[in-house]
Amino acid sequence: MRRTPEVRRLGGLVIALTLIVAACSPTGSAPKETSTTTSETTAQPGETTTQPTTTTTQPVEIVLLTHDAFAVSDNVLADFTSQTGINVKLLRSDDAGTMLNQTILTKDNPIADVMFGIDNTFLSRALSEGIFDPYESPGLATVPKALQLDPEHYVTPIDFGDVCINYDKAAFTGDVPVPTSLLDLTDPAYRDMLVVEDPATSSPGLAFLLATIAEFGEEGDYTWKDFWADLAANGVKVDSGWTEAYYSDFSAASDGIRPLVVSYASSPPAEVIFSETPLTSAPTGVITDGCFRQIEFAGILAGTEHPDAARKLIDFMLSKEFQEDIPLNMFVFPANSQAELPPEFIEFTTLPEHPESLDPALIEQNRERWIEEWTEILRK
Amino acid sequence: MRTPARLRERVGGVILVVLPLVFLGYFFAYPLGAILSKSLLQAGRVDLTPFADVFRRGTLRNAIWFTVWQATASMLLTLVVALPTAYVFARYRFPGKNLLRAAITVPFVLPTVVVGTAFLALLGPTGLIDLSGTVWLILIAHVFFNYAIVVRTVGGFWANLDPRLEEAARMLGAGRWRTFRTVTLPLLRPALAAAGSIVFLFTFTSFGVILILGGLRFATIEVEIWRQTISYLQLPIASALAVIQLVGVTSILFAYSRYQQRRMIELPLRPAQEVSRTPRTLRDRAIVGITLGFTGLFLGTPLAVLIERSLRTDAGFGLAAYRSLATPTSALFVPPVEAIRNSILFAFAATVIAVTVGMAAAAIVAYRTGLLSRAFDVLLMLPLGTSAVTIGFGFLVALGRPVDLRTSPVLIPIAHALVAIPFVVRTAVPVMRSVKEKLREAAAMLGAPPSRVWRRIDLPMVFRAGLVGAGFAFAISLGEFGATSFIARPATPTLPIAIFRLLGRPGTLDQALALATVLMVLTALSILLIERFRFGELGDF
Repeated sequence: MRRTPEVRRLGGLVIALTLIVAACSPTGSAPKETSTTTSETTAQPGETTTQPTTTTTQPVEIVLLTHDAFAVSDNVLADFTSQTGINVKLLRSDDAGTMLNQTILTKDNPIADVMFGIDNTFLSRALSEGIFDPYESPGLATVPKALQLDPEHYVTPIDFGDVCINYDKAAFTGDVPVPTSLLDLTDPAYRDMLVVEDPATSSPGLAFLLATIAEFGEEGDYTWKDFWADLAANGVKVDSGWTEAYYSDFSAASDGIRPLVVSYASSPPAEVIFSETPLTSAPTGVITDGCFRQIEFAGILAGTEHPDAARKLIDFMLSKEFQEDIPLNMFVFPANSQAELPPEFIEFTTLPEHPESLDPALIEQNRERWIEEWTEILRK
Repeated sequence: MRTPARLRERVGGVILVVLPLVFLGYFFAYPLGAILSKSLLQAGRVDLTPFADVFRRGTLRNAIWFTVWQATASMLLTLVVALPTAYVFARYRFPGKNLLRAAITVPFVLPTVVVGTAFLALLGPTGLIDLSGTVWLILIAHVFFNYAIVVRTVGGFWANLDPRLEEAARMLGAGRWRTFRTVTLPLLRPALAAAGSIVFLFTFTSFGVILILGGLRFATIEVEIWRQTISYLQLPIASALAVIQLVGVTSILFAYSRYQQRRMIELPLRPAQEVSRTPRTLRDRAIVGITLGFTGLFLGTPLAVLIERSLRTDAGFGLAAYRSLATPTSALFVPPVEAIRNSILFAFAATVIAVTVGMAAAAIVAYRTGLLSRAFDVLLMLPLGTSAVTIGFGFLVALGRPVDLRTSPVLIPIAHALVAIPFVVRTAVPVMRSVKEKLREAAAMLGAPPSRVWRRIDLPMVFRAGLVGAGFAFAISLGEFGATSFIARPATPTLPIAIFRLLGRPGTLDQALALATVLMVLTALSILLIERFRFGELGDF
């Protein structure tokens, strides 16, 4: 139901546009139709100079720009609208990197009011480009300090997920124990068992590279480069993305032969939830050493014409209602420590006690160099 | 037509020229120019240092070299592998021919994420042989995707080639091989050049195949543009690469266009029905059987793997994955079936745009001669040679004013239409050119006014060409992934986007494969409809 007017407008706009570009209007009524349809569909908050910004009769609409992995239950956003009278229109982008660069390119004339999904690997770029307005939400009181990476509150942490090595439980029933540390992976006992993702093309791949850099450092007797050289010698396989690694090589999820894969701490509960036959235990497990914590933030885009509504949305995203909806939709953990986790998340996974982390500014400065150096090591 | 034109016709002529120029100008050239100038202009002057950077850095130089190398190899390999199939389709009649021709075209419009997954299953670590990480996997996938171009372009031309020339050579004592080498092959050269240059163009800008199957060692210019833009935000370098890619693509297209112009010779063409024959002798049957067997195996296996996996459940085969498409999944925000509906709606809109603009453009290319028409011909192909991320970001930079289209759902069919227009044009131009001047003159002599000549002689043929183009546009829009994913878009996932999303999380592989199968069937149906309207064998695709 919600979509019908949108589709109708779309059809109208196609016709209208064809007429505009044709620069010919066979009937007198066409230009009139053109102007009304286009203004309806394309009036963005940043452009609404001719329309009243806030009235009691017409609810405010704000635009939330997210990556393609964003998901929320329908009724949750509907509740926000009924509580505040603010409509949320979703705008999707490919992934966090694409979304951020789109926002940087349009910062003079933003395409949305709020952006969600920027993570700590891209945070520094976002902050240095000045695309956000600061806002300190009262909800931050419920968020652990470790997740609040920006002391000036240009961005607000909403969720976090840990990129961890997952293992196929069925493969470790024999003599070989489940590895417990990153360094174990260089042991010949685990030869040809691990598949990772290319950090140049994959977000978990980059997170895992950063975990190893945080763990082994750039200087000393045994650097991250030594570790990767040893991994390469021990037969690590590199795939371009998570999909290829998980669904082509990981023995628990495909016909593949590798029982160790770089994935997420939330992958085991996902396996249980999406299983066709009810499971009492997860087929996969998480190695909690060498995990990298990805924190996802939301921010109010500078130049929004609805700052109040945007702030309300940030507050709402930290509320228990929204936060408790996160795990089963996006398969990450809520930032609000008071939010209750679904039972599958409590039962079938373990969160690392000491996830690795790196200063976002350091990541931004070195990302390109690290990836190139990593590629050189693995290409050999 | 030099007859004194009436006002209405002159207006019609103006529209023909203005419509494609305005559309391509506003939705292609302007966004492209905007993003390039934003990245390459420093204080109003062109900054050439990014170009120097590109050639200074080893990885980028390698990417350029690899792009040219693999495109050449892919083109030659595709021509060689697909030529026997083209021959069989051109010269033999056999049951199910139209169905098979449609089936061959399906891979061409499938999204690479889907096919890439199938190829990894077949030729990855657990497949028949492990080719992962080798250049062979890339080349084989490129042959798979572009097979149809050679079969359609070369086969279509071959089907109308008068066999009496070959028969004469045989009578004079030349063997089969010598006849093929000295008579048939030279005659086929224009078609081979056409197919080859199109395959080269597609593989030159290859992205998804390289990314998924290429491993660490292989990157094309297109992959580097994406990496420099998204991962590193090095827009000047990305733009320099985009310009280099465009220059490469333009030179290929111009060289091809010049070649065609010079090689335009009147060939004795015959209707395909008279040329083709039913395989009677044992030899004929062997040729047809082996060739079609190979084609079916080569193109069919990856697709069959997809279908087989979509039907696999914990308890044997079943439709569980398909049934689950109707229930909402948080991966998409909507039930997957909605993606099917969205895709079909977008495909209709894209088809309307692509056919309207494409047919007008084809008329210019077909009915006018000279450098301008040739330059226009090349311009029409350029959207195929431009990187999707460049176009997507160009939309953002350019389409904010006067009307803000940047976040409008209408951008999706427009982006799809940009990709589809070259196909509409390439389908329609040969048909339009083939309308015999003598027929028109005869009609005029008998007293028909120009408008009636057009209506009675040109229109029926052009109309059918338009329907064929529409079928292609529809299928292309259904499968388009690259451009769609780089547009900031409202929450209306298309089929390829939905498949990609479902592939990107644990536990939803079944749904992704079921949806991929649905996409495959829809594509096959729209291509099959094309065969109903095809005018003889004319048209480049």
